[in-house]
Amino acid sequence: MNKKISIVLTGVGGQGVITAAKMLGDAAVKAGVPVFVSEIHGMAQRGGDVVCTVRLGAIESPMLLLGTADALVSTEPVEALRNVMYVHTKTKLVTDTNPTIPFTVAAGGEPYPKLEIILKELASFALVYPVDAVGLAKQAGAVITKNIVLLGALSAVDVLPFSQDVLLQAILDDVPQKYQDINKRAFEAGRQAVLKKK
Amino acid sequence: MTDLTDPTPGTTRLLLGNEAIVRGALEAGVDIATTYPGTPATEIADTFSAIAKAKLKAGQDPGFYMEYAVNEKVALEIAAAGSFAGLRALTSMKHVGLNVASDTFMTYMYVGCRGGHLIVSADDPYCHSSQNEQDNRYYALFAGAPMLEPATPQEAKDMAKAGIELSEQLKLPVLMRTTTRLNHARGPVVYGPLTPPRRKGTFVKDPMLVTVPATARAKHPELLKTLEKAEQIAETSPFNSILTIGTPSDIGIIASGVSVAYVKELAMDLKLNTRILKLGMTNPLPRKLCADFLKAHKTILVVEELEPILENQLKTIAYDHHLPVTILGKSTGHFTRLYEYTPDIVTNALCKTFNIKNPYPTPKTSSLPLPSRPPSLCPGCPHRATYYAVKKIAPKDTIYPTDIGCYTLGKAKPLEMADVLLCMGSNAGTACGFAVATDQKIISFMGDSTFFHSGIPPIIDAVHHQHNVVITILDNRTTAMTGHQPHPGTDTDGMGRKATKINVEDVVKGLGVTDIHVVDPNNIKATSDEFAKALAFKGPSVVVSKSPCILLELARKRKAQESVNIYAIDQSVCKRCKTCIGRFGCPALYFAEDDSVHIDPTQCNGCGNCVQVCPFKAIHQEAKT
Repeated sequence: MNKKISIVLTGVGGQGVITAAKMLGDAAVKAGVPVFVSEIHGMAQRGGDVVCTVRLGAIESPMLLLGTADALVSTEPVEALRNVMYVHTKTKLVTDTNPTIPFTVAAGGEPYPKLEIILKELASFALVYPVDAVGLAKQAGAVITKNIVLLGALSAVDVLPFSQDVLLQAILDDVPQKYQDINKRAFEAGRQAVLKKK
Repeated sequence: MTDLTDPTPGTTRLLLGNEAIVRGALEAGVDIATTYPGTPATEIADTFSAIAKAKLKAGQDPGFYMEYAVNEKVALEIAAAGSFAGLRALTSMKHVGLNVASDTFMTYMYVGCRGGHLIVSADDPYCHSSQNEQDNRYYALFAGAPMLEPATPQEAKDMAKAGIELSEQLKLPVLMRTTTRLNHARGPVVYGPLTPPRRKGTFVKDPMLVTVPATARAKHPELLKTLEKAEQIAETSPFNSILTIGTPSDIGIIASGVSVAYVKELAMDLKLNTRILKLGMTNPLPRKLCADFLKAHKTILVVEELEPILENQLKTIAYDHHLPVTILGKSTGHFTRLYEYTPDIVTNALCKTFNIKNPYPTPKTSSLPLPSRPPSLCPGCPHRATYYAVKKIAPKDTIYPTDIGCYTLGKAKPLEMADVLLCMGSNAGTACGFAVATDQKIISFMGDSTFFHSGIPPIIDAVHHQHNVVITILDNRTTAMTGHQPHPGTDTDGMGRKATKINVEDVVKGLGVTDIHVVDPNNIKATSDEFAKALAFKGPSVVVSKSPCILLELARKRKAQESVNIYAIDQSVCKRCKTCIGRFGCPALYFAEDDSVHIDPTQCNGCGNCVQVCPFKAIHQEAKT
C-alpha cells in the first residue's frame, strides 16, 4: 500500500474512543495493512477529552500533520469541533449528535453551543456525517455500543483500506460471546445511517 | 487482552508500547517485575499482573514474580536484590518515580548487578498526566547507566530483551527511557522465542556489594571502565543506524526516540536529500560513530524532545575533533525545550534547515467558544463529600496542601480544595511547614496509596515537633487514579494472591498521633463535626476518611447483582438555589435550558450525597437500575 490513511478519533473519556482505535488497529493487522495507533490515557479516564490517531499504509509515525486527516470520528459533537485542526474540506467527519455536557458548563458558566450551530460550523470545515449514535446503540440493545455504531458509520464513508467485514470481525474478536449480536446490530445500524443518506 | 505469552516465534500482534516491553522481558526470561504505578508506565506492570493472575487462576506457574511495591525506591531495591541473586529483573516507573528511587539508582551503578536488570523510566513530555516534564536521560548521564530509547513498539520489544541481556553482559543495570507517545502507541510487533525463566537464584556473598567509602572509591573507576566497554557496544549496536533518504547531501539529521519516526516519514514526504543517524542506544554515546557522521556533513539538525542532551554532547564531539560542522537544534531556535514534538513542529524545523517552503496549508480552528473539558472527580466520588464537609466548617483562609492522585482534581471549581502540590507525599510535609510559617489553619489531603508511598515520614515529623496540622487520608482502598492497583491497604496483591491488609489508622496510631478521627464521608454532617474537632485540637490531628472508590463500589454491586439507586430532583420543591451544582459540583447535575436543575440518570452513580446537600429536600431516590 503506497497511500497513507490517517484517522482521528475523539470524544470523552469512558465513551469507547480508545477501544474503537484499538479495534481499527486490530482490523488493519488482520488485513495485513501497516498500522500505528496513538492513545492518550491517564487523566482522560475521569471525564476529560480524548484524542486517538490511527494511521494506515505507508506511514512511519503514529502522529499525523494537522489538516491531513482522511476521517475524523467523534463520540461527542463539541469534541469534533475542538479537533477540526486535523481536518481539511474533503475529510469525512463522522460524529455522534448527542452532547455530553462537561461540568464546566453547569459549575463554571462556560457556553455549550446549540447542536445546529455546531453541525453548521463543522460543515464549514469538512464533509459531515451526523449520526444519532446513542439512539442507534440503544436500539441495538446497549448504549455502550455507541462507539461501534460510529465504527459502522466510518466503514461506509470509503476511507478504510479493508472491508467492513474485517473491521466487524476485529470488533467481535474483542467482545464476549453474549454481546456479539448487540455489537453486530450496532455496527450495521451505523453503517446504514451513512449509506441511507448517500 | 492480547496473548503475550504465545510461544510461537513470528506471531504478529498489535501491541501497546508498554505491552511490547513486557513481551521483550518475557523473551529474555524475566524472573522479577516490580513497580509503583504511574502514567504512562502503568500498563507494563498491569500486563505482568494480568498474566500472573490468569496463569495462577488456571493452576499454572506464571514463571515470574511481580509486585506493586510500596514505592519506586522499594520496587527498585526488590528487583536489585533479585539481580544480586542472579535473577533477571525489570522495574518500571514513571519519570518522577525515578526521583523517588534515585538514591538507590545512583549507587546501584557503582555496585552493578548480576542478573540482567532493565529499569524503565516512562517520561511524559507535555505533562499529559504528570506534575512536570523532566527529561530522565539526565539520570543515565548522572548515574552512569547505559540507556536505550525505543522509537516504535517493535523496537521497545527488541530493546527490552536486548537491554536485559546487555545489562547481564556488562553487569550494570540498563535504563530504558520511553515517552508517552511510545508507551501509549500501538503497532504491530513480531514475536521472538521465549526464554525459560530461572525462577530461583542463589546469593553469593561479595564484600564489594557493601558500599562503605573504600568500596565506593574502588567501584567508581570500575563503573567508568564498564561505560567505556558499553560505548564500544554502542558503536556497533543495531539500535544505532544510518538511513539515507533520497541521495546524501551536506545536511544530516541526528534523532532519537519517537522523533525518529516523525523525521523518517516527513523527510520522505518532503523529498529531502539527507542521511539520518538514528540513535537508539544513547548512553554512552558512540563518539566515533557520531564523529564520523558529523565529519561527513556541513550541517547537522538534532531532533530530540525536551533537553538538548544529544545536541550538547555532539557539540563536545565536534569540538574534540576540530570539526567545522554547524549543529542546529535548541540553541539555534530550530526546536524548543518544551512539550511534545509533533509532525508539524518537526516539519517547520526541516523546512528551515533545508531552506524549502512548508508545503502544508495552515490548519484552521473554529472561532466558536467551546466549553473546556478537564477531568473531574467522578459522580459519587467520596472525595467530593469529604471536601464539601471540610469546606463547610473550615475558616476561609485555611490552607489545603494536596497530593498526587484523583483528589488533585479537587482543585477545580466549585470545590477549589487544593492549594499546594509538589510531588507524592508532599501534602503533609508542606502542611508542617505552613504550621511553622503561618497562623492559618491547615488541612492537608492525601490518598491511602500515597500515605503508604511517602506520606508516613512527614506525619512522624508532625508528631515529633507537635505541628498544629490536620492531615487527611482519603482512604478509598485502592490506587484509583492509575486504574485500581492494589497497595498495602488491600487484601490481595498484584498476582491476585492473599496479602496482609494494613489499616491506615493503625499505622497512624503507631506513629504516635493521639488525635485520630475515622469518618465515613458519605455522612457529611458527621464528617464536618469530626473535622471541626480536629481543627480545635492543638497539635497534629489525622482524619481518615474511609469510603471505597465509587468505581470499585459500582463494579462490586454489578458483580453481586445489587441495584444502584439513581436520584432525581423534584422540580416543584427545587428553589434553584444552586447549592448542589454551585457548591457541591457533582458532574451528574446539570442546568436545563430553562435554568432548572436535573440529574443525568446515565451519569448518576447513586451515592445519594446530593440529598444531604440540598437545603430544601428536593432530591429523592428515583429508581433502581
